[in-house]
Amino acid sequence: MKEETSAGSSRWLTAGVIAVIVAIWSLVAALGLFPPSTFPSPLAVVKGFGEEIRSGRLLTDLIASLYRVGIGFTIAAVVGVPLGLWLGVQARVRMALLPLVNFFRSLSPLAWIPFAILWFGIGDAPAVFLIFMTTFFPIVLATTAAVAGIPSIYFMVGREHGFSQRELLSNVVLPAIAPQVITALRVAAGLAWLVVVAAEMIAGRDGLGFAIWDARNGLRMDLLVAGMMSIGLIGVALDRVLIRLSAIPSVRWAYDR
Amino acid sequence: MTDKLIEARGVSHAFGSMEVLSDIDLTIRQGEIVAIVGPSGCGKTTLLNLLSGHITPTSGTIVRHGTLRTVYQKDGLFPWLTVSENIALGLRHVDDPAVRQAQLDEAIALVGLTDFATFYPHHLSGGMRQRTELARALVSRAETLLMDEPFSALDYMTRLHMRHELVRLLHKMPRTVVLVTHDIEEAAQLADRVILLSRRPSRIWKQLDIAAARPRRVTQQEVTHAVRELLSILNLDATGETPALAEEA
Repeated sequence: MKEETSAGSSRWLTAGVIAVIVAIWSLVAALGLFPPSTFPSPLAVVKGFGEEIRSGRLLTDLIASLYRVGIGFTIAAVVGVPLGLWLGVQARVRMALLPLVNFFRSLSPLAWIPFAILWFGIGDAPAVFLIFMTTFFPIVLATTAAVAGIPSIYFMVGREHGFSQRELLSNVVLPAIAPQVITALRVAAGLAWLVVVAAEMIAGRDGLGFAIWDARNGLRMDLLVAGMMSIGLIGVALDRVLIRLSAIPSVRWAYDR
Repeated sequence: MTDKLIEARGVSHAFGSMEVLSDIDLTIRQGEIVAIVGPSGCGKTTLLNLLSGHITPTSGTIVRHGTLRTVYQKDGLFPWLTVSENIALGLRHVDDPAVRQAQLDEAIALVGLTDFATFYPHHLSGGMRQRTELARALVSRAETLLMDEPFSALDYMTRLHMRHELVRLLHKMPRTVVLVTHDIEEAAQLADRVILLSRRPSRIWKQLDIAAARPRRVTQQEVTHAVRELLSILNLDATGETPALAEEA
């Protein structure tokens, strides 16, 4: 049975849960169970947020992180989707390359950090490289699986209506795989956001990951929590943006069923 | 100009070592409705795919005259296109956009889907989806419709309605139809000729001509008589067992 909850009431519910968590957090902080240096109060975190916003550092870090995710993710999608298409269509190529794709997909992107620093030094490039290595293989794999899963009936219908090879690609393959590719891109963007933080912690001079690491080094747990919150909020916002892709009328069929 | 639209001679087909069809001779003439009936798994769909040219027979020849369209049991519509866009695929041969639009509107109206033209297939009932497929096949210039269990995913009432719809549409836009079905009543109500296939490897086992004019009521004598005759050929009337088929196989 489908539970009926309006968008408004679910928002109130979320707000309520957050209020309860903040209340418990305040209480634990106020009771002084842990020293303030290791357990900042909500008020300290809000002040920390204010400090970071006023200094402009939050915005700079945010832009730096989003830029890296944007570049790494875009390259992975632009190269990964066509490669996945190719693997999906060409059985021989798929047999040759799929084990490799699977191998690299199983490799934690963090294992690439030493090479990322050795090859690209410090800054944008190593983070972009790590994001690419994280997102590229899942995108290729999901696209390949989506192509291989297209019902053969669609190709028969296309051929009966005189579709050329090019039309089969643009009018059958691409719309048929679009929903699965969109889902894969959403998952990949989430992974990219996870990895950029790790990359900046180790190989960055700015960005939200670096901000967290810097706060930890300065024993500023209030700023650290403020950084964590920013990361979480941006992650949710990114997903909200990408989820809009699944509302496109011509891909809704896969989500409505 | 020949009136034979499809001629299959000595057609056999095997998937690997499994022979599905054996030595099929079949001629489809212009304007007739031919039903192909047989037990499930006997290769009816394979025969249809051979007739349409989607697969090539292991041996034998199939000669086709004119173009053909397949109407599938389900999933023959592109789910990413609306009703109107799906039907428009059948009008790709029409160059003039105004003419194409007029024919499209007419076809949509003919199958009673004007109010649903902008709907996607997954928002339609099974019957509406099959009417969309029928419209797409009929607007094309294809002489022959190959129908693969087109109504078997529908409930009985909708199936009766769709048989009626098919006859009505064919009356307006005459076509040659090869109808693959496991539904003996459907075959008796619609077909000029019923071809019974034996068990795998399937051969053409019996043929039955039904002369009554269409539309036929499902209860009218010629139809019930044909159903009885088909059942008795299949030896299905009393027990549901098919010794005749078992012997044949």
